[in-house]
Amino acid sequence: MSTQAQQSGSTATRMTIAKALNAGMRAAMERDPKVVLMGEDVGKLGGVFRITEGLQKDFGEDRVIDTPLAEAGIMGAAVGLALRGYRPVVEIQFDGFVYPAFDQIVSQVAKMHNRSQGALKVPMVIRIPYGGGIGAVEHHSESNESYFAHTAGLRVVTCSSTEDAYWMMQQAIASDDPVVFYEPKRRYHERGVLDLGEGGVAGASLDDAPHALDEGVVRVEGSDVTILTYGPMVKVAHAAAQAAELEDGPSIEVVDLRSLSPLDAELIEESVKKTGRCIALSEAQTFASITSEIAAHVQEHCFYHLEAPVLRVGGYNIPYPPSRHEEVFLPDLDRVLHAVDTLLAY
Amino acid sequence: MSDDEVAASAAPGGHEPPERDITDGGPEMVQFLAADGTRVELSESNEPYAAYLEDVGTDEMVAMLRDLILVRRVDAEGFALQRQGELGLWPSLLGQEAAQVGAGRAMRPQDYAFPGYREHGVAWCKGVPPENLLGMFRGVNHGGWDSNDNNFHLYTIVIGNQMLHAVGYAMGVARDGDVATGDADRDTAVMAFTGDGGTAQGDFNEALVFAAVTHAPVVFYVQNNHWAISEPNDRQFTIPPYRRADGFGFPGIRVDGNDVLASYAVTRYALDRARNGQGPTLVEAFTYRMGAHTTSDDPTKYRISAEVDAWKAKDPIDRMTAYLKAEGAIDDSWVEETQAEADELAKRIRKACQTMPDPPHEEMFAHVYAEPHQLIERESAQFADYQSGFED
Repeated sequence: MSTQAQQSGSTATRMTIAKALNAGMRAAMERDPKVVLMGEDVGKLGGVFRITEGLQKDFGEDRVIDTPLAEAGIMGAAVGLALRGYRPVVEIQFDGFVYPAFDQIVSQVAKMHNRSQGALKVPMVIRIPYGGGIGAVEHHSESNESYFAHTAGLRVVTCSSTEDAYWMMQQAIASDDPVVFYEPKRRYHERGVLDLGEGGVAGASLDDAPHALDEGVVRVEGSDVTILTYGPMVKVAHAAAQAAELEDGPSIEVVDLRSLSPLDAELIEESVKKTGRCIALSEAQTFASITSEIAAHVQEHCFYHLEAPVLRVGGYNIPYPPSRHEEVFLPDLDRVLHAVDTLLAY
Repeated sequence: MSDDEVAASAAPGGHEPPERDITDGGPEMVQFLAADGTRVELSESNEPYAAYLEDVGTDEMVAMLRDLILVRRVDAEGFALQRQGELGLWPSLLGQEAAQVGAGRAMRPQDYAFPGYREHGVAWCKGVPPENLLGMFRGVNHGGWDSNDNNFHLYTIVIGNQMLHAVGYAMGVARDGDVATGDADRDTAVMAFTGDGGTAQGDFNEALVFAAVTHAPVVFYVQNNHWAISEPNDRQFTIPPYRRADGFGFPGIRVDGNDVLASYAVTRYALDRARNGQGPTLVEAFTYRMGAHTTSDDPTKYRISAEVDAWKAKDPIDRMTAYLKAEGAIDDSWVEETQAEADELAKRIRKACQTMPDPPHEEMFAHVYAEPHQLIERESAQFADYQSGFED
């Protein structure tokens, strides 16, 4: 990591989520020589979003592997590397390009440990920049996390902050399970604070991570409505909470789930039992989605505490639309606040 | 594929189905032992591999024949166990014994095999106890052995997936520096096995791309057994699989898969190339699936018995037996003793199958993840709680 703050000796620094992901991978690669990055354009170019920028230069072509343009090939080869004792971190360029690799992920990556009765591990990370809001063309803005959360054997996580980007990437790489790591692409360039304590990068270890990989975190405390969300929508939920507070409206609690498989069921239940009202918020189409799972879970486990039905706010159940529709397709502050009002009207 | 067939398939517009003489591997096919058990004279096609038989003594050849006989018996027992309801399914290797034993015997202990689901002969050569193969077909597990015990990966059911795993593993071998050191105990190659149907899969083709551009120490071993379930291989390709390698930039060799000496020699050659850092090779073992795809299909619905009979005349065990008898290496009593040994092996397998315990149901939740997972823990506890209600 080379930031101005770092060079000046300060340990707390502001950096983008993109840089934090890069720094997290760098730290993991320095810690473990078996960590290898692979994907299309991840080397010299540093990835289309530059998340792996500079890593091939510093770690060499054997550690940062530019691959053929073949997603199943990348994924299947990574399985083999993992079986040989490596920890591959593979990049899928965009969410909508993961489907050619879907078979390898759900048939092999997810099941190898179970199939071998625990004898084999495939500790790999599948990095997927996801979600909309960047005005891209078709296949470049999908939120397909439900497909992988549905598959046992995979962990599915996402980050919404600089700190999480840095730590969760390292935790995902260190995990002995395969982790699908969804990166909120429209938040890549948002800045946050990374404080590594007095020792800075050199002194930090994975034990310093503020949260476990599968823990959710309450971002805003509130008492009237819980918003359960993740990734790019955390910022929208946060804005809704602030807007409500400014207008002396309801007190909104924002829970950043971080891990989609497993869901932090305990935290979800604790928050909803406190507020009695709940919105499940995500960019993804709502049918058979993470938000569906949350709604089902909450009604099953918090039924007597609910003052209103669980509402889902998400993308409509259509193919991801052309970008000129994104403004109305993606949940925004108004749609969230409208859902809050709906809940309070019961 | 015969010359005529190749010519037909290469014709302009080439949409006419080629005339098939599916027993003819063509002059390019490497063969050392003719169908009648006589040694084939050296020629342009087999001469480059003859050196790999020079150090193979009579005892080793007899051991190869013994493997062929025992592996066939293992397969027959698997088939019988399925018919008697002990196994849910069995994919037979009948007819492909020489292709597999030749390849399997060419491998060194450090070489790693990635099989499909029909590679019982390779498993045998790699030292996997045959009874361990039964678990997944009986439904007690998804893989009954530790891959790293014998460097023989678990069976892969989704056709073609394993080809990429082999390439990735080989990339790891190269990164570990276990190639071209000159140390025969260290230099390592990886073998990927599939059938002719597998060559149509995207994963197969991506594996060839990755192997070529990474110069991976891998041998692709395509057992062209002429049938992909009910589809003849003119539904899989219009040129022989070995020629596919040309388009990816590495050598392809067609070998008589019913000639154990040829499959052994050619595989040794290909493995040596890989271990020496010369990159991938594609070997096409030209053979025939004498039985059904698995016990769940009926080949009489889609192929004619004359075809099967023509291939029966090329039987790998008959020809090796004839050869070694003519050489005076074995006699009828050796055959009888080996057959008796095979019957004993079959009894052992049968007993192991019939006494294989059903796994405790709570094991369903074990090993879904390597690390704790909240959902699995919750469901496992719910399951245990629910089941405990039946105990009284």
